[in-house]
Amino acid sequence: MNVHEFQAKQLFAKFGVPVPRGKEITSPEEATAWANELNTSVFVVKAQIHAGGRGKAGGVKITKDKGAVAGLAKELIGKTLITHQTGPKGRKVHRLLLEEGANIAKELYLSILVDRDTGWPTFIASTEGGMEIEEVAEKTPEKIIKEAIDPAVGFQGHNGRNVAFALGLQAMEAAVINPFVQMLGNLYRLFMEKHAALVEINPLIITKEKTLVALDGKVSFDDNGIFKHEDVQKMRDLNEEDPLEIEATANNLNYVKLDGNIGCMVNGAGLAMATMDVIKLAGSEPANFLDVGGGATKETVAAGFRILLKDPNVKGIFINIFGGIVRCERIAHGVIEAAKEVKITVPLVVRLQGTNADEGRKLLAASGLTLEVADDLWEAAQKIVKLTGKAA
Amino acid sequence: MSILVNKNTRVVVQGITGKEGSFHATQCKAYGTKVVAGVTPGKAGQEVEGIPVFNTVADAVKKTDCDTSLIFVPPPFCADAILEAADAGVKLIICITEGIPVNDMVKVKRALHGRDVRLIGPNCPGVITVDEAKIGIMPGFIHKRGVVGVVSRSGTLTYEAVHQLSTLGLGETTCVGIGGDPVNGTGFVDVLPLFEKDPETQAVVMIGEIGGDAEEKAAEYIQKHVKKPVISFIAGITAPPGRRMGHAGAIISGGKGTATEKMKALEAAGVRVVKNPAEIGHAVKAALGR
Repeated sequence: MNVHEFQAKQLFAKFGVPVPRGKEITSPEEATAWANELNTSVFVVKAQIHAGGRGKAGGVKITKDKGAVAGLAKELIGKTLITHQTGPKGRKVHRLLLEEGANIAKELYLSILVDRDTGWPTFIASTEGGMEIEEVAEKTPEKIIKEAIDPAVGFQGHNGRNVAFALGLQAMEAAVINPFVQMLGNLYRLFMEKHAALVEINPLIITKEKTLVALDGKVSFDDNGIFKHEDVQKMRDLNEEDPLEIEATANNLNYVKLDGNIGCMVNGAGLAMATMDVIKLAGSEPANFLDVGGGATKETVAAGFRILLKDPNVKGIFINIFGGIVRCERIAHGVIEAAKEVKITVPLVVRLQGTNADEGRKLLAASGLTLEVADDLWEAAQKIVKLTGKAA
Repeated sequence: MSILVNKNTRVVVQGITGKEGSFHATQCKAYGTKVVAGVTPGKAGQEVEGIPVFNTVADAVKKTDCDTSLIFVPPPFCADAILEAADAGVKLIICITEGIPVNDMVKVKRALHGRDVRLIGPNCPGVITVDEAKIGIMPGFIHKRGVVGVVSRSGTLTYEAVHQLSTLGLGETTCVGIGGDPVNGTGFVDVLPLFEKDPETQAVVMIGEIGGDAEEKAAEYIQKHVKKPVISFIAGITAPPGRRMGHAGAIISGGKGTATEKMKALEAAGVRVVKNPAEIGHAVKAALGR
């Protein structure tokens, strides 16, 4: 789960990581009130959406004029920002962060995540602050500094010093070395205690006043750890999520919306991905990823149908179930029952394999429903692609 | 021969009185697996389908000599359960549970490091040595004893591959689900040498997916050390970057971990990569010259 920059910065402040004074704003009136209270020489108004590239898309405004803040807020609230991470439809701005500006002397990059190779939490730092870190890693890998933290003992001072000296902080501004080391310790604590998946500060700045400030902040949380943290659960912003994905989560379904025309419903994540791949091989594109899980029932199948059919791009549906513990004849019953409740207006191909597959296929064939039954994965994929008007 | 588990493996099921635990303990036992004990704290003295229940794994080890644990404990308590099994002296821990926080697994993995214990999973279907021991949630009947070793990050996709191998008459030796989480106990590179050494295994099917670099690491290992034919499918060539595709570990982040990159690495290592998951079985058949 991702959170907004202002929420990330609230967490930073709680864990002793320095951030600019700032506040979430949802109206020009609030902006004026907070601008008066802030009483600073430079005001920064930042659109809050769950996507990077806001600056380039015109989502960040800077002014020295306190009186102009309300106007900037008015301009940004309700605006749709299109960045390289939002897709062509863009994302509507509902809230802003209004904060004080800073005197930047130097920009750095800092993040922490679990290195999947070692299984250890690892800091990544670079002197190339403000840049896309993937690009830095690609073009100048020598500028990426990595420091793994032994989870048995947690963060140690030397971990922080290793990063500080490798970054060249001594030559840059020796006064920030100790605060920097302390800050890394605090970030490690935040990362582990809150079950974060990624904590990123880009840029982390050294100010002309020789202090460190997290000028931007990104935190994403491990979906599996959120149950432990009520404060994190409250940070969820449904405006930032696809409505169909929200409905799927409410039904315990794992759904990701994609751009193609063939809706698919599958049991198991790996098989769901493989099914998407087969649709592409057969000459079309998947409209979604949908894993109905190991315990697919009539209810989950019906919920799956409803979600798939709400996507106007869906021109056909492909159900691919490999019955293991789940028996295929029960899935067939589920499809038949669900089809009575949900009017299926597009071609449907059902492929059943595994436990009681024959029985399931017979039930479907005798149901009177307009659908095609298949027992082989490739055959099924070709069928649905053909039915939706594209040949392999 | 086979790898990891066989007809002599003695299994304790942690979380045996839960819905999943009791159902699958019964299924495993029915397959012929020696399920000798179960553990649920506070429920010692009970039985599940004739399997005695103990309060602690240590008690179960003492009384039944079990050497392998199968875990169905819910995610909030699962890290504890894995470490309990390790501390009790169990040598192989197979964790089915899905949804364990990554940072819990970070600590578990560190704690198991250097100890004489192997963890498989979490978030996996388990391990089966065909006709000897089923220690997991896979449907036993789709398997057929044969010559192919299977190692996979996925569940139902593995069943798909196994079904093809069985239908074509090739059959399997042992199938190992290593799980779909970003931090897990056993990787491809841990299982590949076992299959390479196993005289009964003539070919290996390796099923990967997007995210991480386990497949790239496997490619490197295969190039250097594996002489048996390896056939691979990587799921997720159509998956968009930055989105988690069900499995916690199945995510392309920072442009890394794409299916295309993995396929390229494997092909360069001499692995036969199939683009169509419906052709896994046929590719193995061709590789074995049958």
